[in-house]
Amino acid sequence: MADVTLRKVVKRYDDVEAVRGIDLDIADHEFVVLVGPSGCGKSTTLRMIAGLEDISDGDIMIGGDVVNDVPPKDRDIAMVFQNYALYPHMTVAENMSFGLRLKHYPKAEIKSRVTEAARMLDITDLIDRKPKQLSGGQRQRVAMGRAIVRNPKVFLFDEPLSNLDAKLRVQMRIEIKKVHQKVRTTTVYVTHDQVEAMTLADRVVVMNHGRIEQIGTPNELYHKPATRFVASFIGSPAMNFVPCRLEDVAGKLNVRLTDRLAFPLPPARAARYGSLPRTDKLLLGIRPEHVMEARPHAEPGIEPFDAVLDVTEPMGMETLVYFTLEGSQVCGRVNPNAGAQDGSPLRLAVDLNNMHLLNEVTGAVL
Amino acid sequence: MSTVTIDKSGPTRKVKYGSMSRDRAWALRWSYFFLVLFAVFSLTPPFYMLITSLKSSAEISAATNPWWVYHPTLENYLGLLTSNQFLRFFWNSAWVSIIVVTITMLISVPAAFALARMKFWGSATLATGVFLTYLIPDTLLFIPLFKMFAVFGDWTGIQLINRWYVLLLVYPTLTVPFCTWIMIGYFASIPKELDEAAIIDGASWFQTLTRIFIPVALPGLIAATIFAFTVSWAQFLYPLVFTTSTDQLVLPVGIITTLIKGDVFNWGQIMTGALLGAAPPLIIYAFLMDYYIAGLTAGATKG
Amino acid sequence: MVDVTFQPNRVAGSQARKRGGMRNALRRKSTVAFVMTLPLILLILILVVYPAFYSLHLATLNKSMAKFVGFGNFEFLFRRDTFWLVVKQSCIFAISAVIFKALIGFIVAHFVHNVPAKKQRKWRGMLLVPWVIPPAMSTLAWLWLFDPSYSAFNYTLSFLGIGPIPWTGDAAWARFSVILVNVWYGAPFFMIMYLAALKSVPEQLYEAAAIDGANWWQRIWYVTLPMMRNIIAITTLFSLIVTFANFDIVRILTAGGPLDHTHIFATWAFRVGIEGSDVPLGASVSLFMVPILAIAAVFILRDISKRGNEA
Repeated sequence: MADVTLRKVVKRYDDVEAVRGIDLDIADHEFVVLVGPSGCGKSTTLRMIAGLEDISDGDIMIGGDVVNDVPPKDRDIAMVFQNYALYPHMTVAENMSFGLRLKHYPKAEIKSRVTEAARMLDITDLIDRKPKQLSGGQRQRVAMGRAIVRNPKVFLFDEPLSNLDAKLRVQMRIEIKKVHQKVRTTTVYVTHDQVEAMTLADRVVVMNHGRIEQIGTPNELYHKPATRFVASFIGSPAMNFVPCRLEDVAGKLNVRLTDRLAFPLPPARAARYGSLPRTDKLLLGIRPEHVMEARPHAEPGIEPFDAVLDVTEPMGMETLVYFTLEGSQVCGRVNPNAGAQDGSPLRLAVDLNNMHLLNEVTGAVL
Repeated sequence: MSTVTIDKSGPTRKVKYGSMSRDRAWALRWSYFFLVLFAVFSLTPPFYMLITSLKSSAEISAATNPWWVYHPTLENYLGLLTSNQFLRFFWNSAWVSIIVVTITMLISVPAAFALARMKFWGSATLATGVFLTYLIPDTLLFIPLFKMFAVFGDWTGIQLINRWYVLLLVYPTLTVPFCTWIMIGYFASIPKELDEAAIIDGASWFQTLTRIFIPVALPGLIAATIFAFTVSWAQFLYPLVFTTSTDQLVLPVGIITTLIKGDVFNWGQIMTGALLGAAPPLIIYAFLMDYYIAGLTAGATKG
Repeated sequence: MVDVTFQPNRVAGSQARKRGGMRNALRRKSTVAFVMTLPLILLILILVVYPAFYSLHLATLNKSMAKFVGFGNFEFLFRRDTFWLVVKQSCIFAISAVIFKALIGFIVAHFVHNVPAKKQRKWRGMLLVPWVIPPAMSTLAWLWLFDPSYSAFNYTLSFLGIGPIPWTGDAAWARFSVILVNVWYGAPFFMIMYLAALKSVPEQLYEAAAIDGANWWQRIWYVTLPMMRNIIAITTLFSLIVTFANFDIVRILTAGGPLDHTHIFATWAFRVGIEGSDVPLGASVSLFMVPILAIAAVFILRDISKRGNEA
């Protein structure tokens, strides 16, 4: 059990900086997910923690010790790879015990640890099979078992669910969470899937272009994104962005989207944005669930408007509707009984209590 | 049901279908015809070896139908297998081949691992060099090697010419480059994550090689071993140049230099010897054909 | 406890130690790698590269190897008719043998590919036998089949009113025989390579071509051959090297005879250099193989790296 600390960690390949100075404190027992698009440096960061990549600059500490020069085997970590990396010529039990056997653990100890891990992962029946005879989900469990038996200070997961089909991915996600609840080992988990990040993490680290965009709990990231990148990356369907500007109308602050469409801001929001220059180019950020069908009675901060729908996507429990505002496509989620139809007009409402305002140039959430 | 509709709606289509399968059947018949022809062509010499080896000298010189044995006899086999000289050739061949295979594997497997996985300065050039070395034929080097060993003997007093163990030095020049090359291919096809997993599990480079790479690339290793063995067993030029005393000869040279006495050809014994000489590679091939073929095609398809 | 004492040291000195440590690790890794490749490097340097250059040196000496004669050996060779005969025969031998091996290999591979998959193994197994038998051994069988007085071929042909054919006795027939044996020995290699290549052509391509209305010939021309081009090139060039440098078959079947009419570079170099004890002249003869081998090697290397890039 240990905490992990990264101090100004940089990774350079020749003249390309893949990771550009990362500071991150991971507490003991914490489950941290690094998430971002491909090429954002998340895997490189994980591999530097593992010791599979040299650090170009900065320090990595595990359990308070600087491990920059420590080879992977002495870092007391375990890693689960995207393609599982199970040794094809070994049985499940041999795969799981390989690390322990290299360290010359007593036979009985190895056996009890393997049995225990196999029981935890529900793979006791598969213990004598070769990886080739296992399904994708089973291989995934074995890969996790190999990590668990080592009882390391840190678990590292490198996109472990990417090779599974969608249904199995959901199931294994839950398995991983259960395992973490049992063993409580500090975990760093890399994924490009924001749903995985949100569902698994104690804290999510959103990375982009080799830098950390934001660190926070899943709820913080969802409700209080710091940048346009985080706002658009987290959440599905993604947040809508519509160009807008602020204007004062009769002592009240309005957000104007188009010539014909402007909404008065609710008091709390007006107070928050009141000091902004009225000339700034801004973006209104609004999540699809805050664009819904208009209710019969008015509610504070919820402003109705009319839209002509381009496309509708019935999802069963809700219907996604798409329409265009000032050249920007906007997505809303309406009740399936609201009567949304392709090409037809619908009266919608926007919940401005949950709006975000962004600087269009810097991308910062204001 | 559906066939009926098709029949009625389009007679032309039915004809097409018929002609298609008829074409197939004819193509197949022709294929078999030519395959039989080529198989006869391929198997005639070994078959004829066998036929002749079962004949007595009298029957061979009697000029009866050469394709048939009227009085089969094992006297040729008995003659050779009880001849100390022939057994000596056989053991020389066996020892040389087995030792060369061992040397080859000891040199090429670690080298291939280093070249495939541990990128170091000049490793790419070295890999190319290994392949080029493989393309250098024995017929280019036998004269300078012969002279080299002679000079070496004059300088150091260590006589290499006309000693069977000189072959242990020269055969690896034929086997090591190719084995290294195909092992590089096999090792390179192992996913990178597998050695990373091993490193994290605490394996050293050496343990990664012996406990992960060698078992995983075992088919390649078997193919390389077969190759090294067959090349060593079949090599003719080097032993012909470097060894002359009958107790130092390996099988192919032994058969040709001792069984052919002047103009007297004891064909029964020669064919028996040739067949016995061909037997080890053939037996290996019979049991490990897939590995043999994998090794054969690996040179061009991997790498 | 150790932790506590080292703690301040560790953090403070980390910056300086890190660089050194990493370089150490790198040095360790490349040292290990170097040690692992050292036997290979030594083998190549001492027993391949050195003799190759030694051969160049030898070629500049006189017969007793006491005097430097420069290009004297080459001038001597250029003046001898036998040398030009050997050049001509080597080229005829290598080119015609490779062409026939390639053609037969290609045709046979197609026939094997046509046969139902379950039976392919058996046929492939039989057809590869010539490649498996040590050539020195199988050539003995051919020598016996070609025997002047007891030739089994002539026996068979006599029923057709043909023969007796002087398989190894007449210059033209001897050349034919040598090439025939080489084709017999080498065609299976082509067959196996082509078969592997044929199997790697995706079936959908043929189906797409069939839907586009391509006939059997067009499918071979527009789908099979382009997909196999690289393998065909590599196999052909490789076989060219091996055939050009052949020794066993010619040596055993004709020993260069009759009257030097089947000598190729390797057998003549052996005759001159080892049997004739003129090592420098033998070395000079074998050096004439180098240009052709070098050209073929360059093209093979290009094709192999092309394969690597495609993959």
